[in-house]
Amino acid sequence: MNLNQIMTDLSYFIPEMILTGILLLVILFDLFQKADSSIRSGFVALGGLILVTIALLGQDVSTPVGIFTNMLAVDPFGNFLKILVTVGTILVMWMSFNSNELKNRRVGEYYTLLLTLVLGMYFLVSATHLLSIYISLEMVSIMSYLLSGYLKEQMRSNEASIKYVVFGAFSSGILLYGFSLLYGLTGSADIFEIQAALSAGTVSPALMMVILVMILVGFGYKIAAVPFHFWTPDVYEGAPAPITAFLSVAPKAAGFAIIIRFFNVALSSAGNPNMEAWAALSNMDWQAVMGVLAILSMTVGNVIALQQSNIKRMLAYSSIAHAGYMLLGVVVADQTGIAAVLYYAAVYMLMNLGAFFVAIHIKNEFDTEEIEDYKALGYKAPVLGVIMAIFMFSLTGLPPTGGFVAKFYIFRALIEYGDMYFWLAMIGLINGVISLYYYMRVVKAMYFGKIELPDSVHHAPHNITALLSILALPLLFAWMLGDPLSAFAQDAVQFFIN
Amino acid sequence: MENHLLSIVTFLPVFGAVIIALIPKEKLDIIRWGSAAITGIQLILAIWILYIFDFSSSEVQLQEHYAWIPSFNIEYFMGIDGLSAPMILLTALLSFLAVFTSWNIEKAQKGYFALFLLLDAGMMGVFSSLDFFLFYIFWEVMLLPMYFLIGIWGGPQREYAAIKFFLYTLFGSVLLLLGMLALYFISEPHTFNMLILAEHSSQFGNAILLGMNAGKVIFILLFIGFAIKVPIFPFHTWLPLAHVEAPTAISVILAGVLLKMGTYGFLRISFPVLKDATLWFALPLAILGLINVIYGAMAALAQRDLKKMVAYSSVSHMGFVLLGMAALTPAGMNGAVFQMFNHGTISAMLFMLVGVVYDRAHHRDIEGFGGIAKVVPIYAGVTAMAFFAGLGLPGFSGFISEALCFIGAFPVFTWITIFATIGIVLNAGYFLWAYQRIFMGELNSKYENLEEINNRELFALIPLAILTFFLGVYPTPMLNLMSSTLNHLVEAVKTAGMVAGL
Repeated sequence: MNLNQIMTDLSYFIPEMILTGILLLVILFDLFQKADSSIRSGFVALGGLILVTIALLGQDVSTPVGIFTNMLAVDPFGNFLKILVTVGTILVMWMSFNSNELKNRRVGEYYTLLLTLVLGMYFLVSATHLLSIYISLEMVSIMSYLLSGYLKEQMRSNEASIKYVVFGAFSSGILLYGFSLLYGLTGSADIFEIQAALSAGTVSPALMMVILVMILVGFGYKIAAVPFHFWTPDVYEGAPAPITAFLSVAPKAAGFAIIIRFFNVALSSAGNPNMEAWAALSNMDWQAVMGVLAILSMTVGNVIALQQSNIKRMLAYSSIAHAGYMLLGVVVADQTGIAAVLYYAAVYMLMNLGAFFVAIHIKNEFDTEEIEDYKALGYKAPVLGVIMAIFMFSLTGLPPTGGFVAKFYIFRALIEYGDMYFWLAMIGLINGVISLYYYMRVVKAMYFGKIELPDSVHHAPHNITALLSILALPLLFAWMLGDPLSAFAQDAVQFFIN
Repeated sequence: MENHLLSIVTFLPVFGAVIIALIPKEKLDIIRWGSAAITGIQLILAIWILYIFDFSSSEVQLQEHYAWIPSFNIEYFMGIDGLSAPMILLTALLSFLAVFTSWNIEKAQKGYFALFLLLDAGMMGVFSSLDFFLFYIFWEVMLLPMYFLIGIWGGPQREYAAIKFFLYTLFGSVLLLLGMLALYFISEPHTFNMLILAEHSSQFGNAILLGMNAGKVIFILLFIGFAIKVPIFPFHTWLPLAHVEAPTAISVILAGVLLKMGTYGFLRISFPVLKDATLWFALPLAILGLINVIYGAMAALAQRDLKKMVAYSSVSHMGFVLLGMAALTPAGMNGAVFQMFNHGTISAMLFMLVGVVYDRAHHRDIEGFGGIAKVVPIYAGVTAMAFFAGLGLPGFSGFISEALCFIGAFPVFTWITIFATIGIVLNAGYFLWAYQRIFMGELNSKYENLEEINNRELFALIPLAILTFFLGVYPTPMLNLMSSTLNHLVEAVKTAGMVAGL
């Protein structure tokens, strides 16, 4: 690898370099801030992320390439997800400025860690080598552990962090074991070479199945799919609320990215659109494994969410169920399926962040996380109530909200693929009905019941109302717009293939 | 303007809801009269639609056709024929009258009327859309306002009733969505356009889904979706609860319009698109119709709550509709759709009357009254008329439509029809018995000062009473309106059956 090659590769690496620069700048900047003004570091970080978003949008990814000896890929798929997680992080930072939990403490590190996490996700969504996959996964995980324990004097936050570490270490151990076996059997760590070796058919399918399941444990933990979900509720409950919101969308989207890239693109069809999805794994029923994971995630997530009284825990379990819906798209794994997953990830980000942000604001103002205490919120804070109702309807997947459109794409992909997924679609849709019950408990608490009308109406600060409207309005109009987002997702299903 | 009449009728209430939302909540009169004005204009437009509607044609008229989401071939496609025209009139009429029934809503009136108008828009949309996807969106959009209207303004058990209604209908809806997507992917070229789907009916009979005949599988999926709305036994358990707990005006809409959507769905989608499966399912449908007739009537007979009795009478009356349409004869089909319209007007009257007495006595226990005809003679008179209409007395529209259903069904399902006539006797039984217990006999001293029905309430009731009476004596205009479309539908299904050798 000569210098010229490195220079060329670096030209594809500009957003990451900007992000690294900002990251260092925030660390330096924070040195000169007193504790009470350290929020300024957050503003710098936010400004930096906006800059990075512009760089990402401006990046020409129309011809996918692999950079740094195929460690990373630069392609529309990766670009879409980078933009997605960056926008998500910007929104989370915006809410973090308003968080009471983070008030009156030094937050310079908080934003530094968040930026590092973003960098890790950039690598994760574009990794095409076992090493880069592992390193970026760890980068994301370790930052997540630190951030969930950020409220260091609170027991709950400490507990969240330590639970997360223990589960995470265990899962990544298994992942690493799977990687080493894969490397040993195929003689390479480049996933395209691995694919070639697998296609040659030298590895026994049974052994391969064991290896892939091990790898799936590592990835499944990142997206919180059942049965790798046990850390989720406690971590979500204990972590600072903005971080919970963040964990439920961004690393999850990145986790889906690596699952799709690793299993669907690299291992099975090498991203060749003319090749049947899952073709290289044709001697094992890999769809069935994914299908079972999807069913388990949806059903377990939804059924347990039914019994939650704490809104953060409820949303934690619901996020497990949503991972299940997205896995349905992974099962299909053709162009439509992957586009549906990307679209779903984007819509899910809007509605789930929205729901969490309302919960954070309620916690700030009324100091409660119990769904019961949302009583009469629709009258006490009319704007907040309506917006929360929109998020709840969208999470349920009711028309005319974006959540419906997203689900529609997933189920359309399933049914289009053929007869065999009809049952999966049916189970998925019925799960939507189950989820109605617990999402409507929030709506019920806000509007129904014996209500004494409050004397005064609570108005959220303008910046929060604005933030929530930015999240809610696209959900309301998703179906009308003929959907630029879905076109964007469609175009993003294009991968670097070696 | 004529080309966009259906869109205007559908989206006018949405516009109205936005206006209502902007009015300060203290200005109650403006909110009420504003809602009345919006629905009034809608009613005038609906009558105008009937005026320019060509009765002799079975073609879809007043079509509006635009590409909406081209990548999925989803269209914004509106149009009406002889099947949807009566339903549009019914929706507009009941929405207008229900505004007056809602006059005394006590809390959060602004939210109530805004949601009510949204509900109105959803109902109109369902009856005017001819693209399945569009139909589905309207179908679902209705659920949200309904959930709030029952849950916030309903009776003591409103929260449970609201969520039960929502869960049931959403369950039906997802099966509908599955069936819709299956139709889309089996049809070649892929389309949601109901008219094209109907033309390509044979494709579904020949395709395989889940290892079975695709037409039959899809028919069952759609059947459950629609059956929950009708409701057909055993999917009816949400109905008594929702009807009883809902505020009067919403019960009127539920019974008057929403139930019709189920049977409308059968006739709009299942029958024309899945013709083979329709013939295959005709007998089970007739049997379910019979069960509805008998079970609904028996259950009504057992009620002490007047509103619950009326609710169960709906189950019974919708059974006649099922029986009539399952027969697949011109008389049965016309009778079924006519019965849909008549049940809409009659059950609306019944629920309004229950509301009148409940507003005054604050209970609905049939045994808890007695002899009140002496105190409230006008109310007693109107109720008598509505009850007679409900039990299908000749001279009222219900008689004609029920008779047509029987005439149509008799040659096809002789025994089922004979058993179904028992339902008429039972219907007469519970209506007359209830009337006797409430209005006749010794006057219950508690109600010596019961207030007479007022003009506003009469204003909502009289148009329905006149319509019921008029169509009972002279049903021809209504039958003319729908017969060419429906005869065409019967013809099409029968022909498909002959081709398939059924």
